[in-house]
Amino acid sequence: MKSIAELEAIRNKAREQVSLRSEEDQYRIVVGMATCGIAAGARPVMNAFLEELKKRNINNVSVTMTGCIGVCRLEPIAEVISADGKKVTYVKLTPEKARRIVAEHIVNGRVCVDYTIGATESAK
Amino acid sequence: MRDLSLHLLDIIQNSITAKATAIFVLISADRKKDRLLIRIQDNGIGMNEFLRLKVTDPFVTTRTTRKVGLGIPLLKASAKLAGGDLTVDSEEGKGTTITVDFQISNIDRLPLGDISETMVSLIASEPEIRFVIELENGIHCIRLDTLEVKEKLGEVPITEYQVLMWIRDFIGEGVKKIFGGVLHEIDS
Repeated sequence: MKSIAELEAIRNKAREQVSLRSEEDQYRIVVGMATCGIAAGARPVMNAFLEELKKRNINNVSVTMTGCIGVCRLEPIAEVISADGKKVTYVKLTPEKARRIVAEHIVNGRVCVDYTIGATESAK
Repeated sequence: MRDLSLHLLDIIQNSITAKATAIFVLISADRKKDRLLIRIQDNGIGMNEFLRLKVTDPFVTTRTTRKVGLGIPLLKASAKLAGGDLTVDSEEGKGTTITVDFQISNIDRLPLGDISETMVSLIASEPEIRFVIELENGIHCIRLDTLEVKEKLGEVPITEYQVLMWIRDFIGEGVKKIFGGVLHEIDS
């Protein structure tokens, strides 16, 4: 059984890495996590973002939740907001798409145009 | 909602919106009485009596984008389908408590789902809020308090990935230990 004492070891391991980090977040990822988002599968999407960022050792991106963004039929939705305030809205996400967004948008700075709300809505 | 952990995530969003700084979650299974109880208690802004009585109505919501709010009504429907019910206690300025119960053996009772993933998502997103989760089956009890976790961590943030994974495993093991053999979908 896990015990809370194990946190000491994690603390010692993580302490050095933490002090190396710069404070500024380069991107913020905000996942819609209201009833509509959750029912459409937003929780695994959010966890995929967290996992992929960790896998790539990216520490200056925060992942948070928000309420209903207002277009429930396009959930799960996530907004990627850069430090200068530019916002890209991705819709109908899956964990796989979330991983690609980390690789393309966060790492390489290329917006995944085909997942954006603009592309999805104009395709009809 | 597919399982109770998703309902839990949804209901706790209400507490976050209500500016809660501490959220207590209790999941309790009583095998003899065949009851499963989930209680979510927060210290948010609370509701006045009018809203408290109306909040289980899907056409009542505090949000402004639209006139429907389905979180609480859906959970109530899930409870009613499984021989249970949902009650709301609230006091303005003090906080709100949502209590929901189910008949464990009812064919329509939703499975518990991944409670640890729900808690990790919440803690990662709202690290400032104190979350306390208690799992109990009448014999054993497991409790995680993020305030205690933070004390142990010192300057290391709780959102550190290794910490989140530890929390996930701690709660995951707890769910197995407490509800394995009690809720039939969980192997002990």
